[in-house]
Amino acid sequence: MRHLLSIADLSKSEALQILNTAEELARVSDGPMKKLPTLRGRTIVNLFAEDSTRTRISFEAAAKRLSADVINFSAKGSSVSKGESLKDTAQTLQAMGADAVIIRHSASGAAQRLADSQWMTGSVVNAGDGTHEHPSQALLDAFTIRKHLAHGGDDLTGLHIAIVGDVLHSRVARSNVLLLTKLGAAVTLVAPPTLLPVGVESWPVKVSYDFDSVIESVDAVMMLRIQLERMTELFFPNAREYSRYFGLNKDRLKLMKPSAIVMHPGPMNRGLEITADSADSARSVILEQVTNGVSVRMAILYLLLAGSQEIGASE
Amino acid sequence: MSQSILISGGTLANGKKSDLLIKDGLIAEMAEKIEDKEAKRIDASHSIVLPGLVDLHTHLREPGREDAETVESGSRAGVKGGFTALSAMANTSPVADTAGVVEQVYRLGQAAGLLDVFPIGAVTRGLEGEHLAEIGAMADSMARVRVFSDDGHCVFDPLVMRRALEYVKKFDGVIAQHAQEPRLTQGSQMNEGIVSSQLGLKGWPAIAEEAIIARDVLLADHVQARLHICHLTTAGGVEIIRWAKARGISVTAEVTPHHLLLTDELARSYDPVFKVNPPLRTEADVMALREALADGTIDIVATDHAPHPAETKECEWQEASFGMLGLETALSIVNKTMVETGLMNWEKVADRMSYAPARIGRYEHQGLELKVRAPAHITVMNPTQVLRVDRDLVASRSRNTPFHGMELPGRILATIFNGKLVFEGGNA
Repeated sequence: MRHLLSIADLSKSEALQILNTAEELARVSDGPMKKLPTLRGRTIVNLFAEDSTRTRISFEAAAKRLSADVINFSAKGSSVSKGESLKDTAQTLQAMGADAVIIRHSASGAAQRLADSQWMTGSVVNAGDGTHEHPSQALLDAFTIRKHLAHGGDDLTGLHIAIVGDVLHSRVARSNVLLLTKLGAAVTLVAPPTLLPVGVESWPVKVSYDFDSVIESVDAVMMLRIQLERMTELFFPNAREYSRYFGLNKDRLKLMKPSAIVMHPGPMNRGLEITADSADSARSVILEQVTNGVSVRMAILYLLLAGSQEIGASE
Repeated sequence: MSQSILISGGTLANGKKSDLLIKDGLIAEMAEKIEDKEAKRIDASHSIVLPGLVDLHTHLREPGREDAETVESGSRAGVKGGFTALSAMANTSPVADTAGVVEQVYRLGQAAGLLDVFPIGAVTRGLEGEHLAEIGAMADSMARVRVFSDDGHCVFDPLVMRRALEYVKKFDGVIAQHAQEPRLTQGSQMNEGIVSSQLGLKGWPAIAEEAIIARDVLLADHVQARLHICHLTTAGGVEIIRWAKARGISVTAEVTPHHLLLTDELARSYDPVFKVNPPLRTEADVMALREALADGTIDIVATDHAPHPAETKECEWQEASFGMLGLETALSIVNKTMVETGLMNWEKVADRMSYAPARIGRYEHQGLELKVRAPAHITVMNPTQVLRVDRDLVASRSRNTPFHGMELPGRILATIFNGKLVFEGGNA
């Protein structure tokens, strides 16, 4: 594995390798010495051309626990029209000797452009590109689901997961559909018809417009963030109506199986796609997702940069 | 007196073998075997001799974006692709919406002297879609403009479109519509469908093109005016044109070489060299376009040659400019998609790429059948020689060809404009 650009590029065994490595690294993180020397002397750049504090600090924590040097490069508005181009930024990072670039960008495909170009030679990790993919988020979600629901199993066979909300604009949904189905789970997308892409019929999922008809049978429900500006773009009439049909609330929570969990990639709009009592309920694993995110991102950086070194090797 | 030229051993579009002797800008003689020791001889054995190609849709970028293309560099790209006439689109800077600008472009074409450059006038002032441009003055100018287009922008307001269609009847003009419903394509990046759903690029629905075509054929019918549809890309659009023609509506349509060959699958690379307006569509659309070009529903091939400087393509997809080079590869692609597939013979190629576009543009001295005393605008092409497309070797000032690295069937051996050899291809 040289880059992590899209879940579509991963085989099932590569995905499982990342999850298994994350599990081992999580064990180390739980021990007295949180820090591993594995990536000492390596330079990792966080290139964030779009605001995302949580993903950036998660990758930063992961890199630091592996002893890498981390540089945060905030290049907001990186288009040609707005100033420095992606090409110039990449060549600058190359000239500084970056071993890996973690990129968050508002343009779909930006990470792949970086990896396919001759602009730089380091590894590229996609930390979210436009409305395309967010592979590390899907991996941490799969990790969290496996931990809670797979009963020691390797993959997610037999589980049913609902992804609810703005699928059209969601990179989290795209990556999760690819990964969860690759790992054997059945996925149902729940959304108003306006927020599902034309072409969704080709995806390996079921689609429902009716949250209530789906919620009783799911093992995990993954709520997507809904942005309020979608309302002005005519995707739904108003926030109340959206919450009524597609929000997770106390009543829907009661319909869920006893073992079922509630997930959200954050940041949440409490009161919009999820009520406070749902977010804070015993079913909620939302904070655990954050914790697992660090381990999964450690595994990604480890597998990309440390090659065959053993975890915990002291040199 | 220019040197005479003897094209020997070639096959005409109608399949007959004939030598051609060219003198003083005209075809002086056509016979099975001509001897002329004085004339420059072009060996056209194994080659097709076609009437000079006519492009009804070219972006030459001058005035304003001479870093991307000039009338002169675009002319060189044109003759390299076998064209003897180009139609310069109006979206320059300043916009070609006055007699002054179209005359400037016309003069630049004459100065380059490689082929005919026919300026297209804007339909609306500044391409803004609100007020009619100086249509009459452009028609009466030295450039004698007959084709008007806001290409790059749709003439969206139905009243503006109606008035424009009516107004150009005065001098037998035509409105060339860029059919794109603006509200349905706000921020759109690629064809809306399976591929866009996976790539997370904003979709550009086929209906956005078809809705405007449907509206405009009805308008053209109502006011009995001539309408031309630029770069048709969808199977649904083909159906509407077919229906309109069956009703006797005076509509013509064009297809670009890239829409005859490429599909939206190429967007998976996120390489903006494949970003174009209108977007690449699906395989089913490509097949419908080929069939429609063969049966005459689509009248012509037009390149929509759209040069762009490197920095507007070496970036993220959504930041990149729309458009592709087309002049230098057009005939090879038509050979590959239409002739080699058995859909068209060379006579039809001559019609779709020379006679018909000249007829639509009212270019009286272009697009004429090759016969004695006709003006000598001629293209010689060896259809079996391989063209290896290399973006570093193009005549255009820009490098944004989506065909880079491809091997296409057919190379232009010679282009003759007004009896002058304006391009001679090597055997490389």
